[in-house]
Amino acid sequence: MELTSEEKAALNGEHGDTLQTAYRILVATGEATNAEKLIPITWAHLSGVNYNTIGDAGEQFLRELSKDARVKVKATVNPMGIDFDHISEFNHIDDEFIKKQASIRDSYIRMGVEPTFSCTPYDIFDLPEKNTQVSFAESNAAIFANSLGGLKTNKESAFSALASAITGKSPYSDLRKDNISTPMTIRMKMDNPSELDFGMLGFFAGKVGDTSVNISGVSQPNRRSCKALCGGMGTSGTCAKFQFVDTEDTTSEKVDFGKEEMNEVFDELNTAEKGDIITLGSPQLGLEELSDLSKMLKGKSFEKRCMIFCSRAVQEQARTLDYINEIERAGGEILSDCCTCLTPLIDTNETDAITTNSIKGAYYLKNSTGVDVNLKPLAKIIEDETK
Amino acid sequence: MSKIIVQGMAQGTVLKTTSPINFLGAVDKKTGTIRDEKYDIFKKSIKDTILVFPHGIGSSVGAYTIYSLKSNNSAPVAMICTKADLTVASGCALANIPMIVVSNEEFNSIQDGNKITVDTKSENIFN
Repeated sequence: MELTSEEKAALNGEHGDTLQTAYRILVATGEATNAEKLIPITWAHLSGVNYNTIGDAGEQFLRELSKDARVKVKATVNPMGIDFDHISEFNHIDDEFIKKQASIRDSYIRMGVEPTFSCTPYDIFDLPEKNTQVSFAESNAAIFANSLGGLKTNKESAFSALASAITGKSPYSDLRKDNISTPMTIRMKMDNPSELDFGMLGFFAGKVGDTSVNISGVSQPNRRSCKALCGGMGTSGTCAKFQFVDTEDTTSEKVDFGKEEMNEVFDELNTAEKGDIITLGSPQLGLEELSDLSKMLKGKSFEKRCMIFCSRAVQEQARTLDYINEIERAGGEILSDCCTCLTPLIDTNETDAITTNSIKGAYYLKNSTGVDVNLKPLAKIIEDETK
Repeated sequence: MSKIIVQGMAQGTVLKTTSPINFLGAVDKKTGTIRDEKYDIFKKSIKDTILVFPHGIGSSVGAYTIYSLKSNNSAPVAMICTKADLTVASGCALANIPMIVVSNEEFNSIQDGNKITVDTKSENIFN
């Protein structure tokens, strides 16, 4: 990779340890993605905020880094593990977790990030103009940005996005260029797919696809389904972009996603007949989804605990628009700054299984939180679990 | 043809899997044990091994898992992949774990359980 003399100097440590670390990361990721140079980016979205995911080593790293490092471009951050406004309602969470999570939060704020604590930055901010170069870690957000937002980003890692935030630069990898090679088309064979089906399609596509895939046989999915697709795809593979196509080209490899393929994904991730509690919001719910949910819940009440995750910014808008009242009346608990994935708010001593409509949530609930998962689309959850 | 992503020298026993690894979901960051039963190396520890796998997948936070493994003295001493992804590359860069990318033929020639040396300064990067 070609570096400017300024970049070389930073890599050699002439501008201090922080920038040297950042450039070391950018050079390794540049080599990994065959980039010939670094280019400017205007927005970095950082992952690595939940104490459950980054642990003591991550907490210490950020505490040290934040003494000196400051972000150079707009930077937003992923969810934490907990919602500090509601922490007193969750007695099982120990003080150590709260202390370490607060330290991580404060380190990011010290570096100058916007305290969004959300995996759905595209639901909070207006997106910049088409083809703008950004650096999004958080796989669902990177896939959304590339596929639906018209932006350009690598499927960044926590460290590459952090290095981009500090330097304002990122490797000029294939995903940042026009004409990305897309050697595969996935043919969606399911009629009237629910958002759960889209999540499974994403999980399947992530497994079989390479960097970018075409998807045919899909007509204008709603935002809930689009987010489910991005979430599922980000969980299972390295695929960072998809495009819906009306007509199939003749050159790409064709792979069907039908009943059989869907059942295979379902059987891999659905491990329980029913859940003790319900979680919604992985990715966190946006305004449109909260509006839908409040309508679906009219005159109904949840028969078991239902945790609903959305960003704080979206929660505030939804309160102003009166969507939250109906959801809370129905017994839904609105939580912000955190999400289904790896939150300790779920007490595993009291919870054997969880009902959710999220494929991404299901993967991490099972493999990281260590609970079984009962998968159902939202409409079926409301039919079965409310009265 | 091998490509160096993170420089360094290491000697160790090969732990090889043909499954791509989701570090955040599948690896215990304290012990280095694979905890997802769908992997052919389920219950094995990646600690002090030369970890040979196709590439990383899934969460971007997997980079922190690699850094945590190193801090907890449970990391592989080197990693060999067929495709470099940003999560593994950046995790290894920060944790100073030598990492190289090799061709499919070279990947196939590496035997699980063999003792090998990875040296990015040598002409033969691994032997």
